[in-house]
Amino acid sequence: MIVQILKQDRPGQLLIGALGLAALLVPVMNLVMPADSAFHMPTYMVTLLGKYLSFALLALAVDLVWGYCGILSLGHGAFFALGGYAMGMYLMRQIGERGVYGNPELPDFMVFLNWQELPWYWQGFESFGFALLMVLLVPGLLAFVFGWFAFRSRVTGVYLSIITQAMTYALMLAFFRNEMGFGGNNGLTDFKDILGFSLQSDVTRIGLFLASLVALAGGYIVCRLIVQSRVGRVTVAIRDAEDRVRFIGYKVEDYKLWLFVVSAVIAGIAGALYVPQVGIINPGEFSPLNSIELVIWVAIGGRGTLYGAVVGALLVNYAKTYFTGALPELWLFALGALFIIVTLYLPRGLVGLLRRREDAV
Amino acid sequence: MSSLQHTREVFRRDRVWGFLLPPSSNAVLDTRHGPILYLEDVSVSFDGFKALNRLTLYIDDGELRCIIGANGAGKTTMMDVITGKTRPDDGEVFFGQSINLLELSEPEIAQVGIGRKFQKPTVFEYHTVYTNLELSMKADKAVWPTLLAGLSGEQRDHIDEVLDTIGLCEQRNQRAGLLSHGQKQWLEIGMLLMQEPRLLLVDEPVAGMTGQEAERTAELLTSLAGKHSVVVVEHDMEFVRSIARKVTVLHEGSVLAEGDMETVQNDPRVVEVYLGE
Repeated sequence: MIVQILKQDRPGQLLIGALGLAALLVPVMNLVMPADSAFHMPTYMVTLLGKYLSFALLALAVDLVWGYCGILSLGHGAFFALGGYAMGMYLMRQIGERGVYGNPELPDFMVFLNWQELPWYWQGFESFGFALLMVLLVPGLLAFVFGWFAFRSRVTGVYLSIITQAMTYALMLAFFRNEMGFGGNNGLTDFKDILGFSLQSDVTRIGLFLASLVALAGGYIVCRLIVQSRVGRVTVAIRDAEDRVRFIGYKVEDYKLWLFVVSAVIAGIAGALYVPQVGIINPGEFSPLNSIELVIWVAIGGRGTLYGAVVGALLVNYAKTYFTGALPELWLFALGALFIIVTLYLPRGLVGLLRRREDAV
Repeated sequence: MSSLQHTREVFRRDRVWGFLLPPSSNAVLDTRHGPILYLEDVSVSFDGFKALNRLTLYIDDGELRCIIGANGAGKTTMMDVITGKTRPDDGEVFFGQSINLLELSEPEIAQVGIGRKFQKPTVFEYHTVYTNLELSMKADKAVWPTLLAGLSGEQRDHIDEVLDTIGLCEQRNQRAGLLSHGQKQWLEIGMLLMQEPRLLLVDEPVAGMTGQEAERTAELLTSLAGKHSVVVVEHDMEFVRSIARKVTVLHEGSVLAEGDMETVQNDPRVVEVYLGE
């Protein structure tokens, strides 16, 4: 079936192939090669790659709604962060007595706030399965409620972008408050282990890297399946001529809502993979700037292609790591310049350079 | 109104209570009495400007009707009301005997069998001609069934048939964005046909067409009448003359005159406000 889906999609085959290769090479280079070998990959690099992969999955989610339905969401960081918080809550509950205050029930920040018992919305997060369900459900539900109101009122274009931005900003302010019970501006951190495996061990790191890799490959295939189906053709039609779609009998709002929810769930999964690898989640992830930055990844990679989003996220984040290490004060200028150059000269992004004209979406 | 009068009004002998009627979205089109479209006393105003003023109009099943009128006479507003884009302040709009169009949303109106062609040709430019027709096809258009939908042999035949009707067989795999202006107009008409509508609303089909293209469009529209009811709004008198059997003249939001082309043309009121310009 997967072969069937990717038959027409040469770049997709390359992408899945490259991910497969990485799945074989990275564990060997990290775990088997001796530390002094030229082929040894240090663990921090594995984690860095895993982080890039989760960003790539997030970019994929943005491309699905922006590239294929014209919904420019400037708030997708919120779904990413909510998925991250759900995973973070599980990881907090795993700390147990090993926290600074040694309280078996309450996370440190709650003890610090003099809370006596676990708030109701923290119940259940000691179970990995429940946390995983919340990773999918919470971003999906927020997207559903938000989208239901926005699309039904026929909010489109720049207005929609602005209210998505407002949504993530409002969430950021809410999560900064200590009373919310999500650790305030420190967020959730100091995680110890996941499913009983220590987060500090190399093997766990490799496991998380592989999980991100599988999620990205799976996310790509799901997105490709959607955009190749008739639903995908309808959403592209909505992007190009919304009224026409409505007058041939499609409920445009339903389609937008459906795609938006799917995209939010994918973003949530990306967030859940990100948190155990970087070891922290705080309200900064909700910042509007983050959401804008990830739209830039997609624009630079090339929107409306799916693989362009992956390429964009990987390249820009690699460049960010490099620049912020070597020339930290220049990074924002470089990102701005890159965005301007791509917008002016490469409207179809970097992957547009490689594609023939008629493939353009 | 006194309570006695009120009671009489409620229990009038010809009264049909709305809640006893089946919901319009699953009612069956009923044209036993002749007309397929009833517009009665429809009024629409925008900021005090009366775009439609107690407009009453009936379209018969299978009829080809031309609607003419100067700019601002209410032609496009009338189409907006029928297709659910604009809600009237007053009046009733029925599709057949039983379907109250004012209760339905735009997609629902499309699904009960009213197709609309816009003034500016609107096709899905990124998609091929074939996909444009495929998407327009009459089918279950909810999200989940559409996700898994494929094309049956019968449906392929239908698409081929429509391609043939609109004369775009050779362009079937071409992007719709690359078609000429006239071809886009035909494709849009083809998209309407794929929905198997009973009523086609066509807004200025020959605007911007060459003489030859207009001629072909006239042929296409005349061939559709009978099987479908067709309402054409048009400015081009030459074109109207070439296809019209019955013409309705709109003026300031209501019907000024109605009849065959000759009667209408010789109507002194029409000459005064429109043709005499």
